[in-house]
Amino acid sequence: MQLTVSQHASATIVAPVGRIDHASADAFLAQVQTLLATHGPDSPPLLLDFSAVDYIASVGLRALMVSSRQAKSSGGKIAIVALQPLVQEVFNIARFNLVIACFDTLESATKELSACE
Amino acid sequence: MRVKFWGTRGSLPVAATAGEVKKKIIAALEAANGRQFTSNSEIATFADSLPFAVVGSFGGNSSCVELIGASEEHVICDIGSGARPLGHAKLAAYGPGKPQTYHFFVSHLHWDHLMGLPFFVPIYIPGNRIVMHGCHPDLEAAVRLQMSAPCFPVDFSQIGATVEFDILEPGRDYEIAGFKVRAKLQLHSGDSYGYRFEQAEKSVVYSTDSEHKLENRAEQHTFIDFFRKADLVIFDTMYSLADAITVKADWGHSSNIIAVELCQDAEVVRLAMFHHEPIHDDAKLCSLLDETRRFEEITRDGRAPLEILSAYDGLTVEL
Ligand SMILES: [Zn+2]
Ligand SMILES: [Zn+2]
Repeated sequence: MQLTVSQHASATIVAPVGRIDHASADAFLAQVQTLLATHGPDSPPLLLDFSAVDYIASVGLRALMVSSRQAKSSGGKIAIVALQPLVQEVFNIARFNLVIACFDTLESATKELSACE
Repeated sequence: MRVKFWGTRGSLPVAATAGEVKKKIIAALEAANGRQFTSNSEIATFADSLPFAVVGSFGGNSSCVELIGASEEHVICDIGSGARPLGHAKLAAYGPGKPQTYHFFVSHLHWDHLMGLPFFVPIYIPGNRIVMHGCHPDLEAAVRLQMSAPCFPVDFSQIGATVEFDILEPGRDYEIAGFKVRAKLQLHSGDSYGYRFEQAEKSVVYSTDSEHKLENRAEQHTFIDFFRKADLVIFDTMYSLADAITVKADWGHSSNIIAVELCQDAEVVRLAMFHHEPIHDDAKLCSLLDETRRFEEITRDGRAPLEILSAYDGLTVEL
């Protein structure tokens, strides 16, 4: 799994590519946690752009739960953006929309997350 | 080998409420709207065409599953409230004049897995033999406790059948009532044990009240080995994945997502969802089954399909 990070004024965008499964979940979590370590109430939201993620296993969902907890404890904001339809279905079946905020587009995520300041 | 489910509900027995029954009747009448029936058999055929949530029910008895193999001795996993109708069925089949041997495999000592024993009528009939197999050293103490004052009016010492307690060692193979049986330690408050049964090239795993920690891949591998190529895995799918790893973490139960993933990795033939959440009504349990089948489908990734069913009180599965 590859992952790119881009800093914008309105958000930090993390874009993983491929599968988040047993082979990649630990590395994915470690990278997100490194970013979250310097993330606070004043930081722009961390948006996980999932448009290129085509599979997520339960261990990957757990990584999102841990990331969301870490962001909350430091007062920062984190959200998922642009889930592919099948990954969206997995989120729904696992009830993960209750664990971490999901948005259709980067625009709607930044708008919503900056509106609730 | 056949597997018969007598109790499939988790944590405590439940019954359908008046409101739930009314909902079913309304749904059936809606489906029948405009139809004319000329005989009872036509009505019965129509009823059979209705969805399970309308015409059927998961029932509400707590854990009790019978394994029917080649032996005349009876093999039963857990003694939840489902043991009450099981006991009546055995009496109806064999009567009081034909002594029987009943082997119970006890997953753990929580009440919902033991509460059926005082209502399992064969224990009151002299000549019957009851063997309680389990891995908890205090199995006998727990069984005696629930049949003593002030918990129950009939003391354990007054039952007519002979009762033996057989403490098993996890990880060891035993030959019991024609089955090869092996127990496995599971993560649950006070420990629980899963059982793998094999007979005539068929295998069943009974694994309930078992939490799986996603961060512990090594432990998951031990379950994949335990489930390996089983014809049926009976699995605790009480919670959603989100609940199981957040608000209900450490409550000792698992989810449909983990069930499917472990069964896929273990190349299991069939998964039975089990230990149903008492809050869920029939419609909810049916939709959970649909979702679980869909999850299996979208994560299949070239593997052989995993057949998924949701166990209900009265279901028999032929292996
Ligand atoms: Zn239980
Ligand atoms: Zn329990």
